[in-house]
Amino acid sequence: MEALPARARMYVTGVAVAGLLCLLPAVPLSSAPLSQTLPLPLQLPLSAASGPDVPWGAVALLAVLYAGCERLARSRHLGAPNPGGTFHPVLLAAAFLLPPSAAALVALPGALLTPVEQRPFLARRIWRAGQLTLAVWAAGRAHLAAGGREAVADGDVPAALGAAGASVLVFCLVLTLLDRGILALAGGVPFRRGNRAPRPECRRTTWRRTRRRPRRTSRRNTRQTTWWRLFLRSLAPVTVHGLAGLMMALLWRSPYGPVAALLVLLPMCVSWWAFAQYHRERAAHQATIRALVQAVDIKDGYTRGHSERVGQASTMIARELGMDDERTEVLRFAGILHDVGKLGVPTRLLTKDGPLTPEERRVIELHPEYGHEMVRGISFLGEARAAVLHHHERLDGSGYPYGLAGAQIPESARVVAVADAFDAMTSNRSYSRARPVPVALDELQRCAGDHFDPRMVEALVRAIGRTGWHPAVTAEDVRQPPGPPAPPADEPVATQVADPPGARR
Amino acid sequence: MTLRPHTLVHACAAALAAGCLGATLWHGIAERGAALAFGLLVAVGELTRHHGPRPRDGRRPGEGAPPGAGTQPRDGPRIRQAAPLAAAGSLAYALLGEAGGRPSHHGAAQVVTVVLAASLLGSVPHIGRGRGPTRDRLARRTLTVGFVAVCFQPLYGRGTFDDWGGPAHALLLLALLSLSALCDAVLAAALAHSRTGWPFPPVLRDELRALPGIGAAVVATGAVMALGVAVVGLWALPLLSVPLLLAQLSYRRYAAVRATYRQTIASLARATEIAGCTPAGHARRVADLSQSVGRDLGLTEPDLTVLEYAALMHDIGQLSLVDPVPAGATAALPAPEQRRIALLGGAVVRQTGVDPKVAGIVERQAEPHREQPLAARIVRVVNAYDEKSRAGGPGGPLTALEELRLGTAGEYAPQVVESLARVLSRAAGAGEHADGYEDGGGRP
Repeated sequence: MEALPARARMYVTGVAVAGLLCLLPAVPLSSAPLSQTLPLPLQLPLSAASGPDVPWGAVALLAVLYAGCERLARSRHLGAPNPGGTFHPVLLAAAFLLPPSAAALVALPGALLTPVEQRPFLARRIWRAGQLTLAVWAAGRAHLAAGGREAVADGDVPAALGAAGASVLVFCLVLTLLDRGILALAGGVPFRRGNRAPRPECRRTTWRRTRRRPRRTSRRNTRQTTWWRLFLRSLAPVTVHGLAGLMMALLWRSPYGPVAALLVLLPMCVSWWAFAQYHRERAAHQATIRALVQAVDIKDGYTRGHSERVGQASTMIARELGMDDERTEVLRFAGILHDVGKLGVPTRLLTKDGPLTPEERRVIELHPEYGHEMVRGISFLGEARAAVLHHHERLDGSGYPYGLAGAQIPESARVVAVADAFDAMTSNRSYSRARPVPVALDELQRCAGDHFDPRMVEALVRAIGRTGWHPAVTAEDVRQPPGPPAPPADEPVATQVADPPGARR
Repeated sequence: MTLRPHTLVHACAAALAAGCLGATLWHGIAERGAALAFGLLVAVGELTRHHGPRPRDGRRPGEGAPPGAGTQPRDGPRIRQAAPLAAAGSLAYALLGEAGGRPSHHGAAQVVTVVLAASLLGSVPHIGRGRGPTRDRLARRTLTVGFVAVCFQPLYGRGTFDDWGGPAHALLLLALLSLSALCDAVLAAALAHSRTGWPFPPVLRDELRALPGIGAAVVATGAVMALGVAVVGLWALPLLSVPLLLAQLSYRRYAAVRATYRQTIASLARATEIAGCTPAGHARRVADLSQSVGRDLGLTEPDLTVLEYAALMHDIGQLSLVDPVPAGATAALPAPEQRRIALLGGAVVRQTGVDPKVAGIVERQAEPHREQPLAARIVRVVNAYDEKSRAGGPGGPLTALEELRLGTAGEYAPQVVESLARVLSRAAGAGEHADGYEDGGGRP
């Protein structure tokens, strides 16, 4: 709690109190005295909702079901993100079946008991409980108002669908708005325009993370999203959950009872399980690629973190050029993997002290082709494969391996070439000290047209001019290579240009 | 030619289908609306069938298949239940007792006919793409649906289940479907065993292990569809299809990312070949042959995946050497040197974040076979075989196998060497003369 700003604390408390007020009519003892003290706008719906018949058995069953599902999902896939967010079908089925306050009660035990991963734990639990009870209560109210209860009881599917649709809309809207509120108060994100949208499934866990790592640069760099865009994005999964919840409610009311309703949940659980597996496998895949790239960095000795930083700079250029997310991601991989072919170059040559013979230089210059040979079979890399092969080509045709010129060089390769040269100049190398970013950018602009595509250079200059250069792996991490400095043969072109001609080549 | 089990299964399915078709033609179709709706559902389910990545994606055309690899899934384990919606829809139709409160009168014969016709209809676009339904799949679908329908429809029509009201009826359907899923797994394992000659128990174990996942979703959706249609009519079909389609989508993405992972590992494992440490295609050949031997020795699919990764990366320790081993032939090195390279490789693999079991196998590939886990034994034997048979020129495979047999005292596990001989002779018997193994791979 102590890390939260006071405003956010008050907000959480307010939401929690509102959630409690939603629950009150379900508790028969306290409903009579308290309803007099309630503010007027709340009183009317509450008194309408508090029917005499709260089916306590159903409430208990659904609450246990919800808490159990949440618990199960978190315990089994330790480390995997919880894909569905929460088990909304159970909550929505409760909203379709029970009076609104009783339905809100269903969400309470699960929201309070499920462990949270990040600090502050207590505030997070209270927040989750308040948010969910409010949302479920509102969904139940909407469903009631749309006449859904009769439709569900009669098995009238079109009418029930309409009411469920309204209910899902309200549910989603309440969740999104409350989320934006806490983001604005705790994370310092303005309410109307916010940070790059967190993915809907981890929406609930990100409000602290944005605050803990104030990455101003990337925040301004990334696309801004408005709350309604978030709303639309989370609407699709919640609609699917709503359909499952509706079917649960219909079957619950049928002669077959709760047993049949539970069966509806099974495909959803299987789907979540597969989704969690997908995320785990994807993370493992990315870790593998990174680790292999680190192997190159270690082998090369003097370029620790180089690959990651080139990936980062490539991403910046791609974003600046307005490429879509998928292509940007591919270019990030292109930057990360551009030197993977050095795995195939004997370590002796990469770490050689003293000048290289032409023979040895030729061997090292084979690394783009080695790299291409390695990544050729990885289909998801797409045009990144061409970038690996051609990242040492120059615009005037004097590069290698093929001496391509101008537009013959694939666009991805031109992006990576600029990013590679930029990072080579701005990080410490065994043979030269790191240059300041503006000097490096000037140097790039000087070589634009001869060696580099001016479009890419301009994009990098613009991107860095706006956000600055903040590599994830900084140049200070660079390990000093043993022995006297040796000029590597495959040094980026800009470094060669910066030095007097003939000094290195 | 003797009658093989899969021929028998096909004959049974064909007889059942023909009988049902005849009966349906004779009696006509009852409740056309429901038949049409379920037929449509099954056809749509077939249309959304996922075939998985194309085989041999990203492989060099010159790289032929090694012996024994011809019958093997190339890009990961087979995707079970690739069309869950079609399966669930056909099971639900077989269990349909009433629709929207009115009892229905379609018999078992009509169920089988409708499902079969819809399956064929939904497969038409796939046939156009050259990936039509296999006879195995159609036979399994026919027999499973026939089994469920024959168990349920006549008894229901006679009123046997009238006492099983409400929840008991739901549980009855669930039990029946679970039974049918078990039978289907046995049938699938039997078909795979009969076609490929893989040992039956591990294949059955693989089939059964897939049941709790998408299999359970299919069973649950099948049961709940039958109940839902009984309560609210045909509206239940689209409503209940959505969660299952979502599950299918998740599985598809999971399968896709697994295939990508496999590609990445296979490609990056070739770093040793590109660096000139090992001969071209060595890692792939060892991986394929190791998997065949692993199959023969009864490993299950998760173990086979670990084995494949370990075999692909078994030489990666050589990258850490300052001077490469001549021709990458580690089997000829002295034992301590072999062990050192294995440990280096294990360290690299451990860093890559692959399953730690893979690193363990790579690390222990050079130990005496008595101290090794089975997968490490396989990698060691197959690696030595590939190196020796390549070095031996024509007649190399035979000599290599002979040398391995002589080494069974300490280095090579006898049971693995024998299994390798079986796999090679089977491949030779199947007429697979892949590159470098023209000599038939040493028929013992």
